[in-house]
Amino acid sequence: MISIRNLSYHIDGVAILDDITIDLPKGKVTALVGPNGAGKSTLLSLIARLEPLQCGTIDIGALTIGQCSNRQLAKQISILPQMTEHVPRLSVRELVSFGRFPYHQGRPGPEDEAKVDEALQVFDLDDLAQRSVVDLSGGQRQRAQIAMTFAQDTEYMLLDEPLNNLDIAASRALMARIRELAHSYNKTIVVVLHDINYASRYADWIIALSAGKTAAAGSPAEIVTPKLLGDVFKSDAEIRMIDGHPVVLV
Amino acid sequence: MRVTAWYWAGLIGLALISICSLFVGVIDLSASDLLHDKEALRVLGISRFPRTMAAIIAGAAMAVSGSVMQMLVRNRFVEPMTAGTGQGAALGILIVTLFFPAASIFVKMAIATVTALVASLGFLVIVRRLPPTQPLLVPLVGLIYGGIIGAAVVFVAYQADLLQYISVWLNGAFSGVLRGRYELLWLAAGGAVLTYFAADQFAIVGMGQTITTSLGLDYKQIVLVGLIAISAISALTVTTVGIIPFVGLIVPNIVSRLFGDNLRRTLPLVAITGAGLTLVSDIIGRIVRYPFEVPVGTVLGVIGAVVFLWLLFRKPQYA
Ligand SMILES: Nc1ncnc2c1ncn2[C@@H]1O[C@H](COP(=O)(O)OP(=O)(O)OP(=O)(O)O)[C@@H](O)[C@H]1O
Ligand SMILES: [Mg+2]
Repeated sequence: MISIRNLSYHIDGVAILDDITIDLPKGKVTALVGPNGAGKSTLLSLIARLEPLQCGTIDIGALTIGQCSNRQLAKQISILPQMTEHVPRLSVRELVSFGRFPYHQGRPGPEDEAKVDEALQVFDLDDLAQRSVVDLSGGQRQRAQIAMTFAQDTEYMLLDEPLNNLDIAASRALMARIRELAHSYNKTIVVVLHDINYASRYADWIIALSAGKTAAAGSPAEIVTPKLLGDVFKSDAEIRMIDGHPVVLV
Repeated sequence: MRVTAWYWAGLIGLALISICSLFVGVIDLSASDLLHDKEALRVLGISRFPRTMAAIIAGAAMAVSGSVMQMLVRNRFVEPMTAGTGQGAALGILIVTLFFPAASIFVKMAIATVTALVASLGFLVIVRRLPPTQPLLVPLVGLIYGGIIGAAVVFVAYQADLLQYISVWLNGAFSGVLRGRYELLWLAAGGAVLTYFAADQFAIVGMGQTITTSLGLDYKQIVLVGLIAISAISALTVTTVGIIPFVGLIVPNIVSRLFGDNLRRTLPLVAITGAGLTLVSDIIGRIVRYPFEVPVGTVLGVIGAVVFLWLLFRKPQYA
């Protein structure tokens, strides 16, 4: 479980996150939703210790952020950032292999190679393995980056808008894979999603963030309501129940 | 697999260039002389062999430093000798010459390394403030920054009547290399070999702070270690043969374009190519105005400027 207690974060005196206290349940898929600028990426980067904590605490399983080594955390938690800063001139396979670095520190063994092969296969990258990441389409590159995160093979995974650039088949396959990892391998996965329907259909738990505060938290059936759409997203879209899942009509 | 074939091709090419280098120069030498002429053997041992080794090591070390610096700064158009590190080293040597003329060579090296490091850190601080959307500003700022430090060195040297000394450091040349006067460069070679052990770390740092941290590495620590390595290599090179420009810029760019940025795979090729380019430039410098010599720094300045412009105009989006 990831427990966040009284987390606040300011940039230049402006509150980005305001006293957030939430638990992200273990072995479940949690969707983080909210309008642009709500603070979702900031929250993920704090959980992933990419920015130093200012106020409040974050525990990841038995590890407390700020009190354990970076290297220890790298085998516990991985993050797919929303935007990568720089596209490296690496082949897809090389990029995915770097995800194993916390384990082999530069000397990959057969187990590392096997994990890389698995990640390439799962994300349908076998044919692209030798291609340079620079030459890929946006969606192919996104898949390569996700495969790298999966190769890191951590118990906790944070994925910031993983469906960016993905077509419908790749999106559904990825979400199904995420569910399988959570439920069969007991991984705790947090996904930032903009499409509420994906959250409703694939997540076990939804947390809505609005202006740096938690607006709502609960199962999809409890959360995806006209009131939430109105309060958090300022939208009057209609909602229907299909097969027990709320579906937003767009 | 393809890269290993290139390693071998590169090594064979380098061996051939080295043989040429042994027999080109003011004093006429031919392979048959070596068999019966004692004097010819002496020229080879005292001058030609050291000179060839110096060019190989300096070229390889500068190319490797350039690769590492491009990862640390995350810009493909920088290299230590044009972005202040080399000029910082020259400043350190000048300070030692002015204030501690009796200091041992190791004290001189240590001080030059420190000033080179301070100059590199200064460059990094400036670069971090530049807008990331303007990658071409970085090399321009680097050239100006290096130029300012170089100008300061010249000014102080002029005041102290040391101009002829510093021209040796500021414009690299191998004509002064003799046995007993270049061996410090082997330390630079050692430094370049050591950076190879951190090749993965540098490649990861090149992908950005987010990825570096999430793979469990300390970003700032790796950047600092890398800058120290670059500074020490530059200081050793500048002290023994002077500033060797542009090798660290064009060689990593060409290798990266062809083989990518996986430094563990590409650094050996970067080293071999850097050595070859520098040695060829030195040989050209020996023959264009025969029997006079053009310093290797000048030859590389011309070659480097042309290739640099070509790189700038070809695919700026990778910067
Ligand atoms: N470095 C920064 N300096 C100033 N403000 C920042 C900085 N980073 C983020 N912010 C602000 O913090 C707020 C939250 O940003 P964040 O990226 O966490 O939002 P988000 O919920 O991920 O949005 P999106 O859905 O658009 O990705 C925004 O108002 C943003 O402008
Ligand atoms: Mg975001």
